[in-house]
Amino acid sequence: MNFADLLPELLKGVLHFTWGNALMIAAALVLIYLAIYKEIEPVLLLPIGFGCLLANIPLANMTAGQGVMSVLYNAGISTELFPLLIFVGVGAMIDFTPLLAQPKMALLGAAGQFGIFGTLILAIAIGFPLNQAASIGVIGAIDGPTSIFVATKLAPELLAPIAVAAYSYMSLIPIIQPPLMKLLTTKRERLIQMEYTPKPISQKTLVFFPIILTLVVGLLVPEATPLIAMLMLGNLLKISGVVDRLSKSAQNEMINIATLFLGLAIGATMSAESFLNLATIKILGLGLLAFVLDTVAGLLFGKLMAVLSGYKINPLIGASGISAFPMAGRLAAKVANDEDQNNFLLMHAMGANTAGQLGSVIAGGILLAIVSKLV
Amino acid sequence: LTAPLPGTVVEIFAKAGEHIEAGQVILVIEAMKMENSIRATRAGKIAGVLVDAGQTVVHKQPLVRFE
Repeated sequence: MNFADLLPELLKGVLHFTWGNALMIAAALVLIYLAIYKEIEPVLLLPIGFGCLLANIPLANMTAGQGVMSVLYNAGISTELFPLLIFVGVGAMIDFTPLLAQPKMALLGAAGQFGIFGTLILAIAIGFPLNQAASIGVIGAIDGPTSIFVATKLAPELLAPIAVAAYSYMSLIPIIQPPLMKLLTTKRERLIQMEYTPKPISQKTLVFFPIILTLVVGLLVPEATPLIAMLMLGNLLKISGVVDRLSKSAQNEMINIATLFLGLAIGATMSAESFLNLATIKILGLGLLAFVLDTVAGLLFGKLMAVLSGYKINPLIGASGISAFPMAGRLAAKVANDEDQNNFLLMHAMGANTAGQLGSVIAGGILLAIVSKLV
Repeated sequence: LTAPLPGTVVEIFAKAGEHIEAGQVILVIEAMKMENSIRATRAGKIAGVLVDAGQTVVHKQPLVRFE
């Protein structure tokens, strides 16, 4: 064999490298940069960015056949295992006391799901088929695992842009929400101080809540059962107080490993061939709209509650009725506290936020149930 | 000065006998993994701090007494 024959073999990686790959590697580096130097959702953006980098190395064969990324994808994304394991961990971190102590916050958790349906309608209007439109709408659940769970079932071909939109906008909530909060509420409304007079919640109530909710949601919306059941399992591990080791593992090792694998596997679907197209741009645009619609609906409903309660409810907590637990709850509390240093809405905002977490899972399940029947 | 929200006192910046200004941070209460700076609502001399760092407090629990 002479050198002229050998050269293409030695350079095959470079020869197969496309402009699209270069662009996607640049995108991967942006994600990695944001994770490391801006500390924006590093736990997710770092593995997604590195997965994306690997997906755009030609002939590396990591994302096809028995390649490691392909194995991870088939084991944990196609089967929906990773998002469900993450939910066990999330459940073990959630404290439902603020919600149970103020059940009216559940209304805000429902209002915060409006973006799902608003975005779905718009996605259909611009030409997406129903299964894809529903998957895009679920970005409005503002909950990564729920978005991935629904998209995997309804439109797996759109999983990468949907997951990227869901997670990157979630990390941008502190930038997306405050201007809307200021625009839609008056200073007088933002200054409303709320009394925190919770009903005392017994340990028995906290234990029965996850069990009963699993049964009720499971029987009413069977499609939502895997998500709600894993979330509630995690919560029961924590609240029962008898399996501290399991609760700690769910909150740490298990959710960390599942998040790493999920991030890598999702990132590895971002190859130039599958990601660089008009649909991705539309999905990123619609995803942002879903976040905005959720926030607007939550705030408007918060304003309605403010009026009906004789201005005893601060409408800012409406913005935490989206999911994105606990970031959205903390943000609403922070905006109110920035306005008045002696105003503490944290417990109310967390009540609305946990309601939003439940609302997004249930809304995702309802959507899955309806759309699976229609397509 | 009472606790505006339930949580755990993580840091106390004021001592008995100290004169403080309105708006000064008196202590920090952690709730839902978020640290909340609790500020004096008025100026005055502190007669006594009624909680310790690490202590769990309920809503409206007295934290600091003014003279």
